[in-house]
Amino acid sequence: MIKTEALTRRYGALTAVDAVTFTVSPGEVLGFLGPNGAGKTTTMRMLAGFISATSGSASICGHDVETDSLAARACLGYLPEGAPAYGEMTVRDFLDFIADLRRLRGASRTRIDGVIERLQLQGVLDQTIETLSKGFRRRVGLAQAIMHDPPVLILDEPTDGLDPNQKHEVRALINAMAGDKTVIISTHILEEVDAVCTRAIIIARGRIVADDTPLGLAARSRYHNAVSMSLARAEQLPAARAAVAALPSVAEVEVDEAAARLTALPRDGRPLLGELSELAASNGIALTELHLEAGRLDEVFRTITA
Amino acid sequence: MSNIGIIMRRELASYFATPLAYIFLLIFLVLANLFTFYLGGFFERGQADLDPFFSYHPWLFLFLIPAVSMRLWADERRTGSIELLMTQPVTLWQAVVAKFLAAWAFTVLALALTFPLWITVNFLGKPDNGAILAAYIGSALLAAGFLSIGSLASALTRNPVIAFIVGVAACFVFLVAGFPLVLDAFRGWAPQFLVDAVASLGFLTHYEAISKGVIDIRDLIYFALLITWFLLATAVVLDVRKSE
Repeated sequence: MIKTEALTRRYGALTAVDAVTFTVSPGEVLGFLGPNGAGKTTTMRMLAGFISATSGSASICGHDVETDSLAARACLGYLPEGAPAYGEMTVRDFLDFIADLRRLRGASRTRIDGVIERLQLQGVLDQTIETLSKGFRRRVGLAQAIMHDPPVLILDEPTDGLDPNQKHEVRALINAMAGDKTVIISTHILEEVDAVCTRAIIIARGRIVADDTPLGLAARSRYHNAVSMSLARAEQLPAARAAVAALPSVAEVEVDEAAARLTALPRDGRPLLGELSELAASNGIALTELHLEAGRLDEVFRTITA
Repeated sequence: MSNIGIIMRRELASYFATPLAYIFLLIFLVLANLFTFYLGGFFERGQADLDPFFSYHPWLFLFLIPAVSMRLWADERRTGSIELLMTQPVTLWQAVVAKFLAAWAFTVLALALTFPLWITVNFLGKPDNGAILAAYIGSALLAAGFLSIGSLASALTRNPVIAFIVGVAACFVFLVAGFPLVLDAFRGWAPQFLVDAVASLGFLTHYEAISKGVIDIRDLIYFALLITWFLLATAVVLDVRKSE
């Protein structure tokens, strides 16, 4: 459980985080989105107890991050931005060091091996961290964060710098671990929100500008319930466009001439798919594809944060 | 093991993970012996004691100790690992003390490696071994004082080279605080008690008393207070600047 109440951080005249209030419950995976410099990292650092708030408060598992900082940190697994670590240490020594600080002894000490296996670090255990690729470093950072099986996880850009396969693995890992944990991940990769998050907060200039499920966010898009159709014969495009535009439930038509594709945007979010497929059949327009869009997150993101 | 013990062990291991530790030990031992035999005239004096060895320690430490302490915090801030460390369930004070103790343990090891000199002087004559032990303790305390100053210098910047230069300068001021060089700057305008206070802050007076074999509780308190003060200052500076 993570709770913030009017959390604010100022640097001189600049307000990096401005009265941010939210609650994340166990079982939720919250995606923290926003342009660079929006205040994502500052918010996460305040939650992790690394910097203190100018005003407002935050708590982790009921422990205030300022007044009961050690208890809050004990409940938290935190991956700082860029996954910093001690470069001259080997992966094994580093994980042992973290396990010592996390007081993993006796039976729970075997968690190290589980974490190593989960993040596939077996091959690099005796390499120093500074010699590792970016992907491996990130995985060492993740291993450090999940080592003590914390009820709350805060991961600052966990997939930054990973290749598509590694991204997929890390997302699968987060999904597998989520369960009844409380998770916040920050990202500017929007597909990640669909892949792992149950909820998304968009933050811009230090303020929360949207707080919704990924589907709910997508529904704010102009493209929500829009229908794209690809034509088999490009010469039918002008006729098809005119016919589609004439429909009363269509607000706007976008045409991609090169791909012989047109996208019909609905008026007031009315469903279009049925009407359009009938129209195509009755006008003799041959289609290679007919596609219903849920909405485009990137378009919502740009509209909200611009 | 306590948090201080865990962090201290990691720090010590990291010294030896790079050639730095070995280079430091080598240079320290070579210089300490050169000073003793050439500048100090160890053989020519014809006395069975280690005075020529200990009397050059302040000047040797002046450059070598800031080299040990310069990375303490500057490196943590430069690489961002301070964010990792300070988000573990560890207090800032534990981290400051642990890193200081690790650096001190390392310099005490360097001192301990000068044992062949002690064997030599015992082989050649009958020295006062109690006085030699006291002088070793004084030397270790002097190193600790320099390290605490270096720790603050290292917390002030992300750049280890700047930390080194600032550390050397600050250590120098404390070393010669009892000398006219510093006191003359105060004599013209400051009341006598302030001049006396500055003079009593100097390392050399306290160190020389101990290295003569006189362990006065006031000298011990002086070092304890000085070290505590600089470590507290380190913690305060880090608390404000750790995320910058």
